[in-house]
Amino acid sequence: MSDLYKALDFLNVDELYTDEERMIRDTVRGWVSDKFLPVIEEHNRAGTFPMHLVPELGELGVYGASLTGYGCAGLSPIASGLICQELERGDSGLRSFVSVQGSLCMYPIWAYGTEEQKQRYLPKMAAGQLIGCFGLTEADFGSNPGGMLTKAVRDGDHFVLNGSKYWITNGSCADVAIVWGKLDGVVRGFLVDKGTKGFQGKGIKNKFSLRASDTSELVLEDVRIHKSQMLPGVEGLKGPLSCLTQARYGIAFGAVGAAQAAFDEACRYSQMRIMFDKPIARFQLVQNKLVWMANEITKAQLMCWKLGKMKEAGAMQHFHVSLAKRNSCWMALECCRLGRDILGANGITDEYQMMRHMCNLESVITYEGTHDIHTLIIGRQLTGCDAIM
Amino acid sequence: MDIVVCIKRVPATDTAIKIAADGKSIETAGVTFELNAYDEFALEQALRIKEQLNAGSVTVVTVGPKDCKKQLDDALARGADKAVLLSTTDWMYDGMQVASALAAWIKTVPCHLVLCGRQAVDSDNNQLPANLAGRLGFACVTEVGKLTLADGAFTAERDIEGAREVVACKTPAVISCQKGLNEPRYANLKGIMAAKKKPFVEQPAQLGARGMEIVALSLPAPRAAGKIVGNGAGAVPALIAALRETKAL
Ligand SMILES: Cc1cc2nc3c(=O)[nH]c(=O)nc-3n(C[C@H](O)[C@H](O)[C@H](O)COP(=O)(O)OP(=O)(O)OC[C@H]3O[C@@H](n4cnc5c(N)ncnc54)[C@H](O)[C@@H]3O)c2cc1C
Ligand SMILES: Cc1cc2nc3c(=O)[nH]c(=O)nc-3n(C[C@H](O)[C@H](O)[C@H](O)COP(=O)(O)OP(=O)(O)OC[C@H]3O[C@@H](n4cnc5c(N)ncnc54)[C@H](O)[C@@H]3O)c2cc1C
Repeated sequence: MSDLYKALDFLNVDELYTDEERMIRDTVRGWVSDKFLPVIEEHNRAGTFPMHLVPELGELGVYGASLTGYGCAGLSPIASGLICQELERGDSGLRSFVSVQGSLCMYPIWAYGTEEQKQRYLPKMAAGQLIGCFGLTEADFGSNPGGMLTKAVRDGDHFVLNGSKYWITNGSCADVAIVWGKLDGVVRGFLVDKGTKGFQGKGIKNKFSLRASDTSELVLEDVRIHKSQMLPGVEGLKGPLSCLTQARYGIAFGAVGAAQAAFDEACRYSQMRIMFDKPIARFQLVQNKLVWMANEITKAQLMCWKLGKMKEAGAMQHFHVSLAKRNSCWMALECCRLGRDILGANGITDEYQMMRHMCNLESVITYEGTHDIHTLIIGRQLTGCDAIM
Repeated sequence: MDIVVCIKRVPATDTAIKIAADGKSIETAGVTFELNAYDEFALEQALRIKEQLNAGSVTVVTVGPKDCKKQLDDALARGADKAVLLSTTDWMYDGMQVASALAAWIKTVPCHLVLCGRQAVDSDNNQLPANLAGRLGFACVTEVGKLTLADGAFTAERDIEGAREVVACKTPAVISCQKGLNEPRYANLKGIMAAKKKPFVEQPAQLGARGMEIVALSLPAPRAAGKIVGNGAGAVPALIAALRETKAL
């Protein structure tokens, strides 16, 4: 391994994982150190994703890793969560790429697609030869996707789609878009291939966050697709929301990875940085910050592990995922803010990864349900009162 | 071609070594172990030979305590067909003893080629490959940086003092692998899942007599603190004077 990264594991949570889960985690961790970290800062500066790594990640087997068949690895929920953790230790953009591909695109095809759709898309997507994107959000419908305006109308053996999607990860580089739109007033999923007439992805520029990730607008103007391009297995918001549950599960683990990166960098820095003739690690206030981080990371690790066990047992519900997604993103962002403080002025440059992670997490705490929306999902579960609408 | 790859678990190279209370071994608590880097080249080469021939087998073997299972599992995940743990109670540093245990076991299995790392980076003894070849009566080429196989015979290239040596070699042989031979692959996730279904044999090592013994270990004397002679261009004369003083100039 080319970097000195030491993942915090204060309570030896490692012990709770199986041998294979640990090996998978270590393999992805090593890959991120060797292949990804050396190039991330330049891509972050340029606002590009390292596309040359896409097939390599396919060889590694991280796309749709928890799915079975069609070239997917069929891993345990905890193993696939730990993959997200290690990818996001590198960059939230890397984890986003893999989450979108696996949880948001391969999953709905796998769960709701026809056999023909599965054969056509899944093996190539697992290999990283075909990239997907997931179009749910619209410029005016974020937290309330049910209000979407994108719609489909029948025309013989075809559907004609009109509308637009905003904030779509991989929207410009994708070979296939899963576009959610209303057919007769009911939300349905449509597979729109790149190059279909009237369909276009346009990159959103000048982001402060997730710079090493393609975030785009999708424009659909009289896009004609064959009726076989609709996902037959699901109707209503349940379709996209079930995908989000999968992806949020990965984010809960992922954000822990970003927090571990922040802790590692801050802790290492505090031992090296001399101020008032002492390493700043000697100051109580600095220790207090590091302890806060370690405390929250450890709690989040245990929460994610338990969530994984519930997923494995088929007992995980969407509000359980909300609790973990909300907690992990919040604590990871706080860890980066504290870590940035420990780094002093050095922390504002990209010599250090802290601020990149911090900026990224501003997206991660917003997408796939904002922090507050998850608060309300959990609140509704606890009280029986819906405060969202 | 049936290939045996000898691997060893070594402390991670960034470990801050502490000496144990007995004064002749290292403190293993808190140390992370990894597969010896040179052995990774050996394993990779074995897998490539098998892929080239589209036949044969790759067996990884280690002599050591039960904790070495992790490194054997890693090798299975990368594509080895079978793993063998010749178990011992202690960490093994005596190349003679390890070679005797490996030779005793290799004689019981089909084997045309043994690949090893050029040395283990923990004890750096650099004696196992030749010792093993001697015991097996196999040809031996060490520190190989390039290896090609055609018509059942190997051509090995190795760096020697100021030159490159090209050696032809037939099987059975022991070949030790040097950095640059290849770029080791990552285990992929399907490989990791497949590994648990592959044969894993554990049996006590038949250790021969000890050839050597570590009687004492000590850490190098701590380096003297550095000295800052000044800042910027104005400090150059002071720096030159300081370097002259230490006879570095
Ligand atoms: C980098 C990035 C990538 C993304 N990738 C994708 C993608 O691939 N596919 C996709 O479909 N979408 C994607 N999104 C969109 C993302 O899911 C939305 O941004 C998110 O759902 C929030 O919607 P919004 O931005 O419209 O915020 P809004 O819904 O306008 O929310 C603004 C604020 O109001 C609060 N709020 C809203 N409603 C309520 C309420 N009822 N009660 C209390 N508070 C409320 C929110 O919590 C938030 O604080 C991405 C976003 C980003 C930033
Ligand atoms: C954009 C920018 C512009 C700047 N402009 C100027 C300028 O124009 N002129 C100028 O002179 N300087 C300037 N600075 C420097 C700035 O004042 C210093 O960065 C600041 O004083 C902190 O010092 P440091 O970065 O060395 O952090 P450090 O002193 O190394 O602090 C690192 C961490 O250790 C903590 N710490 C340090 N000592 C203790 C202690 N005793 N007890 C508890 N915790 C402690 C700090 O709170 C911090 O969390 C600028 C900085 C920035 C980022």
